[in-house]
Amino acid sequence: MKPTKAIEMKNISKSFGAVKANENVNLTVYNGEIHALLGENGAGKSTLMSMLSGIYTPDSGSISINEKPVEFSSPKDAINLGIGMIHQHFKLVDVLSAKENMVLGSKGAMLHGKQLSRDMQKICDQYGLDIKPDKKVYQMSVGEKQTLEIIKVLYRGAKILILDEPTAVLTPQEIKRLFDILRNMKAQGCAIVIITHKLNEVLEISDRITVLRRGQSIETVETKDVAVNHLVEMMVGKKVDLELEKPQCITDKELLRVDGLYVSTKENKHALQDISFTLHGGEILGVAGVAGSGQKEICETIAGLLPAEKGRIFFENENILGKSPGEIIRLGIRMGFIPEDRLGMGLVGSMDMVHNIMLKDYRNQKGIFLRKKGAAEKAERLVKELEILTPHIHYPIKKLSGGNIQKVLLGREIDSNPKILITAYPARGLDIGASYKIYDLLNAQKKNGVGILFIGEDLDVLMALCDRIMVFCGGQMTGIVNPSVMSKEDIGLLMAGGTTSADSTNSVAQKEGETQ
Amino acid sequence: MSFLKITKREDTPRQKAILIRIISVVLSLIFAGLVIAVLGYNPLEVFSSMVSGALGSASRLRQTVTKAVPLIITSLGILVAFKMKFWNIGGEGQIMMGAFAAASVALFVDLPQPLMLLCMAAAAMIAGGIWAFIPAIFKAKMGTNETIFTLMLNYIAIKFVTYLQFGPWKDPNSQGFPKIADFPKSAVLPSIGGMHMGWIIALVLVILVYILMNHTKKGFEISVVGESVQTAKYAGMPISRIIILSMLLSGGLCGLTGMIQASAVEKTLSSALSANYGFTAITTTWLSGLNAIAALFVCSAFAILVQGSSYIQISMSVPAAVADMIQAIILFFVLGSEFFLQYKVSFHKHGKEAK
Repeated sequence: MKPTKAIEMKNISKSFGAVKANENVNLTVYNGEIHALLGENGAGKSTLMSMLSGIYTPDSGSISINEKPVEFSSPKDAINLGIGMIHQHFKLVDVLSAKENMVLGSKGAMLHGKQLSRDMQKICDQYGLDIKPDKKVYQMSVGEKQTLEIIKVLYRGAKILILDEPTAVLTPQEIKRLFDILRNMKAQGCAIVIITHKLNEVLEISDRITVLRRGQSIETVETKDVAVNHLVEMMVGKKVDLELEKPQCITDKELLRVDGLYVSTKENKHALQDISFTLHGGEILGVAGVAGSGQKEICETIAGLLPAEKGRIFFENENILGKSPGEIIRLGIRMGFIPEDRLGMGLVGSMDMVHNIMLKDYRNQKGIFLRKKGAAEKAERLVKELEILTPHIHYPIKKLSGGNIQKVLLGREIDSNPKILITAYPARGLDIGASYKIYDLLNAQKKNGVGILFIGEDLDVLMALCDRIMVFCGGQMTGIVNPSVMSKEDIGLLMAGGTTSADSTNSVAQKEGETQ
Repeated sequence: MSFLKITKREDTPRQKAILIRIISVVLSLIFAGLVIAVLGYNPLEVFSSMVSGALGSASRLRQTVTKAVPLIITSLGILVAFKMKFWNIGGEGQIMMGAFAAASVALFVDLPQPLMLLCMAAAAMIAGGIWAFIPAIFKAKMGTNETIFTLMLNYIAIKFVTYLQFGPWKDPNSQGFPKIADFPKSAVLPSIGGMHMGWIIALVLVILVYILMNHTKKGFEISVVGESVQTAKYAGMPISRIIILSMLLSGGLCGLTGMIQASAVEKTLSSALSANYGFTAITTTWLSGLNAIAALFVCSAFAILVQGSSYIQISMSVPAAVADMIQAIILFFVLGSEFFLQYKVSFHKHGKEAK
């Protein structure tokens, strides 16, 4: 029997002003299929799925659900037809229980608590999910929250699930569990669309893949017939070398030493606990961990933006803890910092490249006037060297693409000749080509003897790029490992707070914590 | 399922922006014209009378300029604060305190004219600056909300001057009328070109503020703090100092307005002296897009509107309320066009279910 087409989108076009977000895109998903929608940022994945879930209306083209043509005018129409979207950012109410969140926002009379528990249990049993109906959301792990999101859409009768970047916040173990759930749902005849740019996951979970590039659907392929390189070529439009080099150029020079650092913030009393590590010249030290494990705090504390409770941070034998960023700049400490929030912290979005370039060194100018000539020349040079795409250097940088914004930021920081470089998710949101350009730039700095602290989210990249990886979990360091001898699964265990047999650093760190 | 769909515009092309503004002005004139016609006046006559009332003769033009001066200087003060996203709506109070300080010098110190005026200006700027510094220091150190803080300080300043006027500073020679004594001659700003020299001060300040905001390090810092405190911190800028310094400047400029109004227009201190300039300047500053040069033109246009509508009250015996309505309608449309510059409104038909 031929499977039925759960989704058929034909010749879909959608433009926003002059931008063609989608142009004649075709997508067919069968029942009982996991279909990956693959593409770089800005390729039009989210736009396409927004049209499928009724958030946008296509300019032209047709959508059929279960082989019947439909027209949505609001997300409600899509929900009524059994389409459920699971967003990257959870939409749950923390203080409510699982079952209460499940019914939240769905129509109908007040439901009896016990009946709700039974309903929820039924869904869980059917799809092999495991969440207690009365558990409060604030007590749940990230993986559980995501499962609850899935239960929510299933409760509303969804047979077609769209997951937007579902693995971004999960540990490898949680990802495995999620994939089991998805396979289970597939076996029950659901159609699943998963939006992602992580190639390994695509290959592992999907049956077929549709690749989007610049708003157009390039090709739909069977996953089993395709190789990684071919996928990348389809995404990028040209061949990309996916090999990351890891030059061995570590020096004896200890550039940065963090010693017994404790930090507490307004949101989290135990943002960092007893963190100690060293960073040498010519080394890339990676930081792995699920989102919010203290990555942001370690960066900002070193950069002088967050006060610490106790501990010491040595930059070339000088304790810089407690110094403000201004003092650090004035003391001539050559530290570059690429913060996670590029436009909210590293740059001023509404200003042009020239003003952004002089953000950190304008104060070295004499007198009261602001001279822009030097910065303008530097901007022109960076545009050429880093191939930054901008109409001109006086163009507001927030209107540039993510990759180009990042190049402006990284370009400025590298241009100040740093000795250490702190980079938080430098490739987040960038397409493959731009990401590799950033990695190459970091490697070039490393070869120059710069010590680099690299906060990453993609374990594959971390392992390929970093000399050592420091694993964070809930503000604590659960180990510093050598990625060439450690498996991804073991690092995943550390990310979840566990210990591995091969790991001794972890227990040492804990012992030190107890003695203090 | 709404019929109206409102989406944010990413980028409004220049031509379109100009077109929207022109449409808004034309619409406002049509609408105001309708109201005027309904009330039994000839709209064309009223409008042409407004224009000639504001610009028609040298003396009328002088009147308009005199109205524009306090608006321009106050707008510059507000501009400095707004650029930093410090919502200084305390212009009224800062004008008042400036006028009070100027009056203290004028009434109680005997100095030759040039020195007198300089002392008055300096005192006014310091007093206005202090009146803005109070909310600034609380914001910088304790994170208080400056909007409510500056607003409340307005009333304190106005009531304080009212107290002086009715109490200790009441002129004994005024036969019981609650009024403060007139300033001595040496404390009155001299005239240049038939108008008090405030217009020259305003022009010079426009240029100075423009240079400060666009070509100095301080101006750069103010803009960065306004855009993102996080970024300013990251770049190592002394944020508290920047907030306090620019608020001293902002309040100082408003205080100077107070001195000019007291010295050249009222020739004394009175509780009605601020005449809502502190609030009107918020509108004009915003319309100028926080650009000093643009503020000059916006404030002038506003002064023309105000002068024109007070003229038609006399020349055509149009009631004051109607003149106010015309002003309000024009302002409403012009301000309303800002919404259409930033958002796109489109109609879309009611969705259909699956066929």
